[in-house]
Amino acid sequence: MGGSGSRLSKELLAEYQANPFKERICRVFSTSPTRDSLSFEDFLDLLSVFSDTATPDIKSHYAFRIFDFDDDGTLNREDLSRLVNCLTGEGEDTRLSASEMKQLIDNILEESDIDRDGTINLSEFQHVISRSPDFASSFKIVL
Amino acid sequence: MAQPLAFILDVPETPGDQGSQEPSPYDESEVHDSFHQLIQEQSQWAAQEGLELQQREQEATGSGQQTLRRPEGTQSTATLRILASMPSRTIGRSRGAIISQYYSRTVQLRRRSSRPLLGNFVLSARPSLRLYDLELDPTAREEEEKQSLLVKELQSLAVAQRDHMLRGMPLSLAEKRSLREKSRTPRGKWRGQQGSGGVCSCCGRLRYACVLALHSLGLALLSGLQALTPWRYALKRIGGQFGSSVLSYFLFLKTLLAFNALLQLLLVAFIVGPQVAFPPALPGPAPICTGLELLTGAGCFTHTVMFYGHYSNATLNQPCGSPLDGSQCTPRAGGLPYNMPLAYLYTVGAGFFITCITLVYSMAHSFGESYRVGSTSGIHAITVFCSWDYKVMQKRASRLQQDNIRTRLKELLAEWQLRQSPRSVCGRLRQVAALGLAWLLCLGTALGCAVAIHVFSEFLIQSPEAAGQEAALLVLPLVVGLLNLGAPYLCRVLAALEPHDSPVLEVYVAICRNLILKLAILGTLCYHWLGRRVAVLQGQCWENFVGQELYRFLVMDFVLMLLDTLFGELVWRIISEKKLKRRRKPEFDIARNVLELIYGQTLTWLGVLFSPLLPTVQIIKLLLVFYVKKTSLLANCQAPRRPWLASHMSTVFLTLLCFPAFLGAAIFLCYAVWQVKPSSTCGPFRTLDSMYEAGRVWVRYLEAAGPRVSWLPWVHRYLVENTFFVFLVSALLLAVIYLNIQVVRGQRRVICLLKEQISNEGKDKIFLINKLHSIYERKEREERSRVGTTEETAAPPAVLTDERDD
Repeated sequence: MGGSGSRLSKELLAEYQANPFKERICRVFSTSPTRDSLSFEDFLDLLSVFSDTATPDIKSHYAFRIFDFDDDGTLNREDLSRLVNCLTGEGEDTRLSASEMKQLIDNILEESDIDRDGTINLSEFQHVISRSPDFASSFKIVL
Repeated sequence: MAQPLAFILDVPETPGDQGSQEPSPYDESEVHDSFHQLIQEQSQWAAQEGLELQQREQEATGSGQQTLRRPEGTQSTATLRILASMPSRTIGRSRGAIISQYYSRTVQLRRRSSRPLLGNFVLSARPSLRLYDLELDPTAREEEEKQSLLVKELQSLAVAQRDHMLRGMPLSLAEKRSLREKSRTPRGKWRGQQGSGGVCSCCGRLRYACVLALHSLGLALLSGLQALTPWRYALKRIGGQFGSSVLSYFLFLKTLLAFNALLQLLLVAFIVGPQVAFPPALPGPAPICTGLELLTGAGCFTHTVMFYGHYSNATLNQPCGSPLDGSQCTPRAGGLPYNMPLAYLYTVGAGFFITCITLVYSMAHSFGESYRVGSTSGIHAITVFCSWDYKVMQKRASRLQQDNIRTRLKELLAEWQLRQSPRSVCGRLRQVAALGLAWLLCLGTALGCAVAIHVFSEFLIQSPEAAGQEAALLVLPLVVGLLNLGAPYLCRVLAALEPHDSPVLEVYVAICRNLILKLAILGTLCYHWLGRRVAVLQGQCWENFVGQELYRFLVMDFVLMLLDTLFGELVWRIISEKKLKRRRKPEFDIARNVLELIYGQTLTWLGVLFSPLLPTVQIIKLLLVFYVKKTSLLANCQAPRRPWLASHMSTVFLTLLCFPAFLGAAIFLCYAVWQVKPSSTCGPFRTLDSMYEAGRVWVRYLEAAGPRVSWLPWVHRYLVENTFFVFLVSALLLAVIYLNIQVVRGQRRVICLLKEQISNEGKDKIFLINKLHSIYERKEREERSRVGTTEETAAPPAVLTDERDD
């Protein structure tokens, strides 16, 4: 499974080829300077976070970092829009229309942005996640 | 959800208004005590630099008098950098902030205080307090200091707590390992000091080696156990291709297997085993086994340990001493006498009791996992953040999941639009009428099925010529099975006609209707067996007949399930692909399949008293069902399109298993044990008036036996005979209380999260106000000094212009 110099590039992550977040997962867990490949320890980190026994705290923390496309510590409208596009599919016929997207992001911010600053930070994200009991079982990879 | 808090910075429009100076953080009554000192220090430092809080010009009002929303592109880069360094944002991305946060959490854990005091810290660990002193970037040196503080706090915790704390930190493995090493150092030193003597160091090393070996053995055992979990690869494949919703069906099947295995183990150990070891005399020559026994349970199965009639009513292995109750005298030296009727009664009772406890516990546990306060609000955010199932690995399944999520999002938006514009009274009346009609029709169907079964069973009783043939015994199970299969399809067609606003509610309503149908059918059958058959079969072994009936029902249920899978899934897929040319495969209907499982399990529990080996039949049936369903699923079906809250549904299914299914079976058992007279020609209770009397007879025998065991009759009279009903009620109450405790615990967790978040918000607000003021003031000062220098060189009219503006 390892590539040259025992690093796993994101093309080789067989389990996650079908996952639309595979690039973000690679970026979040990677500790290399170019952030595009995983060492064995990074892979262990990944498995540890996605395992059954990881606490919901850790899972929500890493989920937040995966969804934060611009790595600025919050989910702004751009992040949310890219997230929804990942969820629904990138093709032209599978995306939501612009008005639907705007309405959806408005609803999301209305529901989860408590301090009304237009972005969702980690605490607000964890608050939303805590209301969903399915998160821990869906944020899991079985080996 | 509570109303969202709006932070409004009230800045007056007109400058030069002395009365309403803009509020400074000192004056706000909401400033927390612990910040007051810091803010004083900050402002003193700022005052030393010549920064003062004064009236603002127009550019300040641009950022105030509204919520702290960040207007895009109108703020300076300095402000944006400040906002990016805000504590609530750095926790999501900076390692130093994570370390600080966990430092404060560790301190709270250790000191059990709500907030550590400011004065005790040399260098505070929370990122908002000291770190961003107008230095906008954290330095590596400060991170080292924070890390050393954290290590010091971790050292003072207990080992288990420390490991638990470390495991909960969202840091990388290397950092956690280094933290653990650092926090372990003093003990290592201490161990090194102790091992200074020669002999002591040998012992210490040996002990260390032993501990390490045991630890690795334990880990190997754990991984071995995990590898032995049955069907691990199959479940992984199913989860990978279909997601958690379909997986919940197979996990429920595994749970049922565990329940049956437990019950069967108990019965085999205490009833079947002893009877097999001491076989009674057979009434006649054993009939030849034709193949039909597997379906009917009659024929050569009748006089085996499979059914009630075979069990003896005497004490087994009685030593040839005093033949007290007419038992056979087996000339065998040694061995304990074994009272069969007592064992039969109490083992079945104990089996049900243990099943009840296990069921209630797992139901309450699942409820605690799945229930969240406030989980019905915020559905858009929850759907977007939590609905992607990372178990799914195949490309096609992933695309299907994307389709499902897109459909779900569109449905949510449509529902939301509908709620914004509520329906007219006319529309609502129409909706209620359609709903009422559909419910009426479904309930009528259930009632009709029950009446049909009643009439048909009465007809079967009245016609003795059909009862002669063995194959005729299969008619009633077949009819009941067909009704069970067909009526839910009818209800589904009716459900398609009625309007439903919420797809989740549709699933619950369908489950409810299916359940009412099955309860009606089972209720009619129970009356038929215990009411009519007992009366008709006086003088014969009616318990054998009831046991065989339940065996037949179980087998017929399995056969019809196979046919349903074959036609409902395989044939339907072939038809839809070849004839109708549709790309979509039939959906796997989870709710209907789970209710089928619950129905089969209810039949098993109903029949355990009359057929102690029925759980084995159910286990074999469940194993076959697993493989059949898995094969059919992978070949023919696709995941359901309807939204499926997997954890909620698991709780609902366990609750349905416990309350209507198990409770009904327990009531049936109690009625059979207490009220019905056992047949006088077969079984362990043939000489008694009711099955429960066996216990009473034994207690009376014990009373006569002497004072040594007198406590047992006393226990029996005052605890069991009198207060059984009270036990039941108090057990129910305990279950309710336990559920309540779980709910409250969940609520408290949410409250803790909210408190932490609100405290973060408070920090953010005050921090922002400080920073923005100081930055703008500095900018203005610079601009003033620049304007001042140009003014000096410019003509005096500029000064006049200024004054005229004022």
